[in-house]
Amino acid sequence: MLIVAALSALPLLSLLTIVWGRGGAVHGLVYAGCFLSSVALVAAGLDHLGTQTGGAPTLVLPFGLPWLHAHFRVDNLSALFLLIVNVPAAAASAFAVGYSAHLAERRRVTPFYPLFLFAMNAVLVGDDAFVFLVAWEFMSLTSWLMVLADHRRDENRKAAMVYLSMAVFGTFCLLPAFGLLAGGGGDYTFASMRLHSLGPVAGPLVVLLVLMGAGSKAGLVPLHAWLPLAHPAAPSHVSALMSGVMTKVALYGLIRVLFDLHGHVGWQWGAAMMVVGGVSAVMGVLYAVMQDDLKTLLAYSTVENVGIVVIGLGLAIAFKDDGEKSLAALALVAGLYHALNHAVIKSLLFLGAGAVITATGERSLGALGGLLKRMPWTGAAFLVGAAAISALPPLNGFVSEWLVLQSLFKGPVVPHWAMKFGVPVVGAFLALAAALAATCFVRAYGIAFLGRPRSAAAAEAGDVSAGMRWTLVALAALCVGLGAIPVTVTDALSVVVQPLLGTSFAVSSDLGWPFLSPVSNTRGSYSGTVLVMVGLALFGIAIALVHRMGNNRMRAADAWDCGTPEDNPATQYTGQSFAQPLRRSIAATVFQARETVVMPQPGDDSPARHSLAMTDPIWNGLYLRLAWLINLIADQVNRLQFLTVRRYLLMMFCTLVFLLLVVAVRQQQ
Amino acid sequence: MLTALSYDLAHLIGATVLMAGFALLYQRRLFAVLNTFSFQALALAAAAAWQAHIQHAPHLYFTAAIALVFKAMIVPFALHWLVERLGIHRTVETALSIGWTMIIGVALVALSILLVLPVTAHSAALTRESLALAMSVVLLGMLMMITRRNAVTQVVGFMALENGLILAAVSAKGMPLVVEISVAFSVLVAMTLFGIFFFRIRERFDSLDLNYIETFRGDR
Repeated sequence: MLIVAALSALPLLSLLTIVWGRGGAVHGLVYAGCFLSSVALVAAGLDHLGTQTGGAPTLVLPFGLPWLHAHFRVDNLSALFLLIVNVPAAAASAFAVGYSAHLAERRRVTPFYPLFLFAMNAVLVGDDAFVFLVAWEFMSLTSWLMVLADHRRDENRKAAMVYLSMAVFGTFCLLPAFGLLAGGGGDYTFASMRLHSLGPVAGPLVVLLVLMGAGSKAGLVPLHAWLPLAHPAAPSHVSALMSGVMTKVALYGLIRVLFDLHGHVGWQWGAAMMVVGGVSAVMGVLYAVMQDDLKTLLAYSTVENVGIVVIGLGLAIAFKDDGEKSLAALALVAGLYHALNHAVIKSLLFLGAGAVITATGERSLGALGGLLKRMPWTGAAFLVGAAAISALPPLNGFVSEWLVLQSLFKGPVVPHWAMKFGVPVVGAFLALAAALAATCFVRAYGIAFLGRPRSAAAAEAGDVSAGMRWTLVALAALCVGLGAIPVTVTDALSVVVQPLLGTSFAVSSDLGWPFLSPVSNTRGSYSGTVLVMVGLALFGIAIALVHRMGNNRMRAADAWDCGTPEDNPATQYTGQSFAQPLRRSIAATVFQARETVVMPQPGDDSPARHSLAMTDPIWNGLYLRLAWLINLIADQVNRLQFLTVRRYLLMMFCTLVFLLLVVAVRQQQ
Repeated sequence: MLTALSYDLAHLIGATVLMAGFALLYQRRLFAVLNTFSFQALALAAAAAWQAHIQHAPHLYFTAAIALVFKAMIVPFALHWLVERLGIHRTVETALSIGWTMIIGVALVALSILLVLPVTAHSAALTRESLALAMSVVLLGMLMMITRRNAVTQVVGFMALENGLILAAVSAKGMPLVVEISVAFSVLVAMTLFGIFFFRIRERFDSLDLNYIETFRGDR
C-alpha cells in the first residue's frame, strides 16, 4: 500500500512542475516530495526484507493492452532493489532541493525527474513482461530527456543521440527475449514464464539477448559507449541516479531473467559473463584514469564496478549449474552487495562532483585544486567515497570486492578446465582493476581537492549550502555503516538469494558475529565492525597523545618546498602528468597513446609543446566500423531507387519465383 | 459426365496455350510474335468454349467470344497497325539469349507443376492440370516481359500473362463471369494506354527501345 501511494505521488509531482514550474519555490517542493516518496519506498523495502515474507500477492491492475492486465508484485529481490534504487534517490532528491536552484535549465529537468524515479521503481515491481518493458523504456526516455536538458552544447546532443540509439538497441534485444521466455501461450506474466521451459535454441538465445539488452543499459564493455557520454551530460543529481541506480536496474533485469525466469543457464554463460565483467572492470578503470573531466571519470568508473558485479553474477551462474549451491549463494551475495555499495558510493561521488561544479563552475580536473580547504565538508565526504570505491577497509567497497575475490578463490572447484584456468585470470583482472581504481581516485581526489587552486574559480569557491552538505555527509556515513556491519548486510542479502538459488548464504558459523568468513575461518575472515571500532579507538588514542605530548608554541621554519618554491599553480602535478606512467605503460598499447614533444630551436622564443593523441579502440574498432557498414548497406540499397523498368520487373519476378520455390520446397517435406 | 475424351481435349487445348507461350519466347520478328500471340488467344478461346461445353456453363461461351474478338483479333491487329504506322524496327531485341530463355521457361513450368499439384491434391484432376498450365503461362508471360527490350514485346508479354489468368479463371469451376469480363476489359484498357504511350514515346525519342527512356531518366 505504501509502495502504491509513494509511486502514484511521483507522476503528480511531475504534473505540479509542469503547471507551476515557472516559480522557483515549486522545484524545491517537488524534490522534497520526491525525497519523501523515496524514503517511503526505502521503508517499504526494508519492511519487506525485515519481515521476510516470501513475496507479496500479485496486484493486477486493469490497464495496459486491453487483453493484458498489468501485474505488480514485490518479492525479496524487488525489495532489495527498491532499497538500492531509493536510498540514492532519496539522497539525490535531498541534494537537488538546494542544487536545482543553481541549474539554468531546471525547468527541463524537474518535470522528468519524478517520472524517472517512477519508471525505475515500476521496473522493479512489475510482474509481467509488458509492465517491465514499458517501464524500462519509460526509464530510458525520461533519462534521455534529462541528458538533453542542456541541449545547446554539441557534445550533449551527440551524447543524447548515442544514448537513444543504444537504449533502442537494448529494448530491441529484450523484446524478443521476453517473447521467447513467454513462449507461444500469450501469457506474459513472470509466473507463467517460470513454468515454461525453453528449448535448446531458445534457452541460450534468451541469455544472449538479455545480456546484450540489459548489458547495454548496465554499461558492459563493449556496449558501454553511451554511458560515459550520457551520464556526465545530465545535471549532477540525475547523473548520480543514472550512474548509481539505473545501471542497477539493468542488473536487476539481468538477475531477474537469468536467476529467476530462465530455468537453466549453462556454466558457459557464467564463464562468458565473467570474461565480459573482467574486461569491463579493467577497461572501465583504464578509461577512467585517463579522463580529465571529473564526471566522465566517474561514469567510466561505473563501467568498472558494473563489471565487478557481473563477475559475481557469472560466477554464481557457473556454481549454480554445477550444483555448488552454497558457493553460488556466496558469489551472488557478493555481487548484490557490490551493487548496493556502488549505488551508494557512486551517488555520493556524483553528488560531490555536483557540489564542486556548483561551487566552481568547473568540471575539468585541470581547473580545480585546493578545494579541501575551501569546501571542507564536501571534501571530507568525497574522500570517504573515493576511499570506498578504491576498496579500502573498513569501508563498504572493500567488503564486497573482498567477497567477490573470496568467491573467485573457490572458482577452481568447478570441474571444467576452462573455468579452472579462466577464474584465476578473471581474479587477476579484478585485482588489477581494484589497483587501478585506487590510482584513479588518488588522482581524482588529489588533483581536485589537494594542492593549490589551478583557476580563479577554484580559488574563490566556498562550500555548498547546508542541505547539500548534509546529504553528502549522510551518504558518506552510509558508506562507513555498510562497511562496518558486513554480517548484518550479508544476512539480509541471503534472504534475497534464498528463493533464487534454493539455498541461503552461510556466513561461516565458527567465528560468529561480527566476523565474516565466507569460505572457512582458515581461508580468510574479516570483520568490518571490529576494524571500525579498533580504528576509532586508535584514532582517539592518537589524538589524545598528540594533544598531551605536543605543545602549542608557535615555531617558524622553512617550508618543505620540494618543487614548489614557485607560487605558480602550474608547477604542481596535473591530472595528465599523474596519469603519465600508466599512459606510457598500458595506454600506449590499449589506447595507442602517443606523446610528442616539440622543443624550439635555440634562439627561437616560441614555447615548447607537448601533445598527446589517444584513440578509443572500442569506439573506433567497433562503433565506427558498424556505422561504416550501415552506411555502405544504405548506399547499396539506395541504388534500388534508380533502376530501369525492366530491372524492377526482374526483381519482382525473381522475388515471386523465390517465394514460389519456398512454397514448393516446403510442400515436398 | 466428365468423360476421358473431354478431359483429354481440355488438357490438349490448355497445353496448346502453353506451347504458344513457349513459341512467343523464341520468335525473332515482331510480326511473328503478334501472330503467335493471336494463335495463343485463339487457343484460349477454344479452351474457354470447351470448358463452357463440359461444365455446362453458358456464360463461358461469352468469355470465349471476348477472347476471340478482342485478344485474337483486335489486339494483334491494333499492334500490327501500330508497328506499321510507327515504322518500328521489326526484330525482337533480347536481353537474354533465346536458348537461356527457353531453359528458364522449362524450369518455370516445372516449378508451377511442383507447386500446384500438391496444393490442389483434393480438387478434380481437370482443375489441377489446368491450374498448373495456367500458372506456367503466367510465369512465361512475365519471363517474356523481363527478357525483351522492345516495348511492343513487353506489351505482348503482359497480354500473354493475362491469357494465363483467364485460362485459370475458366478452368476453375463456378468462377463468375464478372471476373473474366473485368480481366478482359482491363486488358483492353491497358492495351489502349500502351498504344497512347507508344505514340508519346516515339514522338519524343523516335524509337520504342526502352533504353532511350532509361537514358532520358539519367540512369546511364
